[in-house]
Amino acid sequence: MKNKYYDIVVVGAGHAGIEASVSAARMGCTVALITMDTFAIGRMSCNPAIGGTAKGHLVKEIDALGGVMGELADKAGIQFKMLNLSKGPAVWSPRSQSDKELYSIEARKLILNTDGIDLIQDTISELIVEESNSPDELQKHKIKGVKTGFGSQIICKSVIICSGTFLNAIMHTGKTRTMGGRVEENSATGLSEYLMGFGFEVGRLKTGTPPRLDINTIDFSKTEVQKGDSNPNPFSHKTNTNNFPFLKQVDCYLTHTNELTHEYLKEGFEDSPMFTGRIQGVGPRYCPSIEDKINRFSDKPRHQIFLEPEKLNGNTIYMNGFSSSLSAEIQLKAARTVPGLENVEFIRHGYAVEYDFFPTHQIYPTLETKIIAGLYHAGQINGTSGYEEAAAQGLIAGINSALKIFRKQELVLKRSDSYIGVLIDDLINKVPVEPYRMFTSSAEYRLLLRQDNAALRLSNLGYELGLIEKSYIEKINLSKRLIEDGVKFFSKKTVSPKDINPVLTYAGSNPISQNEFMSNLMRRNEIKINDFLNLSLFNENELLKKIKDDEFVSSQIEIEIKYEGYIKRQAEQIESFNRNENIKIPDSFNYDKIKSLSSEALDKLKKIKPKSIGQASRIAGVNPSDISAILIFMRG
Amino acid sequence: MDNFDTITAPATPLMESSISVIRISGTKAFEITEKVFRKKSGKKISFSDTPSHTVHFGIIADGEDIIDEVLVTVFKNPNSYTGEDIIEISSHGGVYITRKILSLLIKKGARNAEPGEFTKRAFLNGKLDLSQSEAVADLIKSQTESAHRSSLKQLEGSLSKYISEARHDLLNAISLVELELDFAEEDVEFLNKDELRNKISNLKEKLEKILSTYITGKIIRDGVNLVISGKPNSGKSSLFNFLLNSERAIVSDIPGTTRDYLEEKLIINGILFNLTDTAGIRLTEDIIESEGVKRSFEKIEEADLNLYLIDSSTGEDEIGKSLEYFKNKLNHENTIVCFTKSDLKVSQIPERHLSISLFIPDSIENLKKSMVKNYLESTKIENKDDIILTNYRHKICIEQTIESLLKSIESIDSSMSGEYISLDLRNAINRLGEITGEFTNEEVLNNIFMKFCIGK
Repeated sequence: MKNKYYDIVVVGAGHAGIEASVSAARMGCTVALITMDTFAIGRMSCNPAIGGTAKGHLVKEIDALGGVMGELADKAGIQFKMLNLSKGPAVWSPRSQSDKELYSIEARKLILNTDGIDLIQDTISELIVEESNSPDELQKHKIKGVKTGFGSQIICKSVIICSGTFLNAIMHTGKTRTMGGRVEENSATGLSEYLMGFGFEVGRLKTGTPPRLDINTIDFSKTEVQKGDSNPNPFSHKTNTNNFPFLKQVDCYLTHTNELTHEYLKEGFEDSPMFTGRIQGVGPRYCPSIEDKINRFSDKPRHQIFLEPEKLNGNTIYMNGFSSSLSAEIQLKAARTVPGLENVEFIRHGYAVEYDFFPTHQIYPTLETKIIAGLYHAGQINGTSGYEEAAAQGLIAGINSALKIFRKQELVLKRSDSYIGVLIDDLINKVPVEPYRMFTSSAEYRLLLRQDNAALRLSNLGYELGLIEKSYIEKINLSKRLIEDGVKFFSKKTVSPKDINPVLTYAGSNPISQNEFMSNLMRRNEIKINDFLNLSLFNENELLKKIKDDEFVSSQIEIEIKYEGYIKRQAEQIESFNRNENIKIPDSFNYDKIKSLSSEALDKLKKIKPKSIGQASRIAGVNPSDISAILIFMRG
Repeated sequence: MDNFDTITAPATPLMESSISVIRISGTKAFEITEKVFRKKSGKKISFSDTPSHTVHFGIIADGEDIIDEVLVTVFKNPNSYTGEDIIEISSHGGVYITRKILSLLIKKGARNAEPGEFTKRAFLNGKLDLSQSEAVADLIKSQTESAHRSSLKQLEGSLSKYISEARHDLLNAISLVELELDFAEEDVEFLNKDELRNKISNLKEKLEKILSTYITGKIIRDGVNLVISGKPNSGKSSLFNFLLNSERAIVSDIPGTTRDYLEEKLIINGILFNLTDTAGIRLTEDIIESEGVKRSFEKIEEADLNLYLIDSSTGEDEIGKSLEYFKNKLNHENTIVCFTKSDLKVSQIPERHLSISLFIPDSIENLKKSMVKNYLESTKIENKDDIILTNYRHKICIEQTIESLLKSIESIDSSMSGEYISLDLRNAINRLGEITGEFTNEEVLNNIFMKFCIGK
């Protein structure tokens, strides 16, 4: 049998696998992308949307680092909406509805057109490993290659597993159990058990998906229309805004369940795989099944149901809010009580899926496993949920596996840099017990980690990695300088009552009686940066002309000035955060010697081996008293 | 680095007394004691084979050289103060014997404990939490009965409980703010800003109340700073010395350098007074002439209680000037005006002021009563739970919490969006957490998931 050689083997071509293979290939590695079905690349298994609260931030950050999710979402987008616009800019989040089929087609095109990636239809049954000479005493093995289900061998330096929900996957509907990670698709068996042989621990999680409805059997007149933004912005900096959006834009619809719905659903409880204990895996609390909602919040008379088109030219509607693993008959009977769905027909009923994940105390912040050097985990295998969370990890795993092959310093983003940093730091230190989803409240420095400044925060990094084009980084750096100069200008220059009072009065703001710093006036709620940029006395000012011509730059200046006090406080918090990050805990530190550590803290500290006091303090189960004890002990 | 070697130190003050206790803690506590302790019969004891919390009579000897007859108490880990094996040796008091036993123990392998090291071990071994350890430190420092009571209370955790409740309220407020930010599309009831403002300001008031007990707490723990002031020759030093002689005085441990004022400690009715005798203040000239006088003014400023003395034998004019000075310059709430030398009195003394004479014992008793009354008033506790803030670090945490709460109220008042309000609320809960326990992002999410039906 002939061996094939690649730098990296990526297992799985979902949202994590796409980012991993494209980033590694663009950085100069040869990549074998192995998938069970080459026509299921970037398939959206659940809701037909990309982005959303905090997830939109992730997409913008992926794009700023040179990932591809933003571009794909822009190409397949059939509705775009900026969420939370009534709040401050830090929590604005872009979301799009995608045509699922087009998304997958675009993803496939991208993979086939990226130099260095070979797309292979196969599965992985075994890894080929050899003894590691790594100084890391845990990493006893290192990757040498993989054996595939069809019996071929691939020799490689790294393997990135992006298995999604497919490892030992079982689907549940009522009393029916089917092997498989997605409807009408297989389950990947054997790999978990194989890895357990090396000492890996495996856990079990559960997720669910709602029924898909036939669009022709819905009476939309009984529902509320949910429109997208009329002038949306794309996710990606690469997307040409001239003819954006590219596709016809569609509406979504809102309707509600009622007490009769709940009554019918309860009839199915006795066969429910959730309530009867047939499902062992833990599901996400932020995305409960409809039966879970009516069970836990029985006083709520109704729940929201969003009807979302899955394709531009297809007939499937995603019944958002009605995820269920009850029997198909019960699901249909209950669905037909919902206004607009009286005569609805299912294209597919809802189901729950249980799958293996590898608890994340077993990986480093680079996403490389602690047991096998060169093996990386990304996506749902790490206990996350969501396309965006998966893509972010795929990108980081792809980048780090390439950096390691090139013997370069690996990339670890911090909580203070990015949502991606928060995501991975949370995974490492708070090993998920339910599928992990990104929230803005998880990012303690969110006032600085805005979706609008992702490029300012991360694109230089992307450029250094070779994932961001030179012309773009030049533009970003020019914007950075303009923003700096602009903030200085408005903070240091005053304006006279004569010049500004007409503008103030027009905006309904109190006039001033003596010269005032423009920044002070800009902090008033009703005053905008354009009120100054449009002043005739600045007509000849070169700096202001440039700022005026660049909406991105002017909006950044306005945010920095308006929220200066808060941004400063947040920056101070980051400073104190960094102080704790810089108190290093030696690898050889013996936690057993500190008897005051709770047994949970001791267990976690020994497993995770935090690098710093800051990291230790974020480990779930380690409390401030434990931290004081470690500090007191370290100081002797 | 081995932090758990065996340490020893006297557990009672090193002074002449009827008994003194020496404590030994660590893995070798038994082994070391066994080397120097035997029954009067000469029989050796194996402490590992005796039950915990038992007392043994015998002698401590260095070879054939008998040092003292002692009682030895055995505490086995983890059921001891430090959580380690502990031996307590009760010997006949006295500096000489105690020192001799200590040096013998050190010769046999124990190490002199550093100040607070037993408590540090208790903390490291999980016997005390952080706030309890701090209370122990206060307890050791506390010199009077009421201070002792307040530290005990903290040791029992009543401050922790109070702060935990405040923290819980704050967590609910944060959850409400975050709910709106992360789950804007959910069908749940969002936050009413007025309600939030009320919640926060109630919480702020609660914390301000406990903060206001800090001065009281400090007085209870450290004593009343009492200053004796007045013109030169008004009888300050005489009163100072007289008070010290009539009551139990604590000999100052401050090195006897030349000072512009004298400080001594005095206990009346179980209340600790830190007495300061100041240099005389010249009232006729409104100029501060010397450093000494300047310091007198500083001391008066810092004092919890000021005894302002006026010589009643000096005639109407002088007395009038002194009273004028009291009226205009001194804080009436914490000043007791005393007319001294009342046995020599020549002029009429206003009735609301005290008159004393060192030769009239009742007049001095009256003065002491006034001092005690003033103390009781200044330490009156309004908080019905009797929680008193005595720890400086806790005080700072609560001050910072209040500051952050104020900022969050400012944000609400200027109609800022939730994430800005949350910034300072999170700061506030983190500060509170420094007293009792951590705050995590997950806590907010858990709270939200528990209370609201999330998930479209």
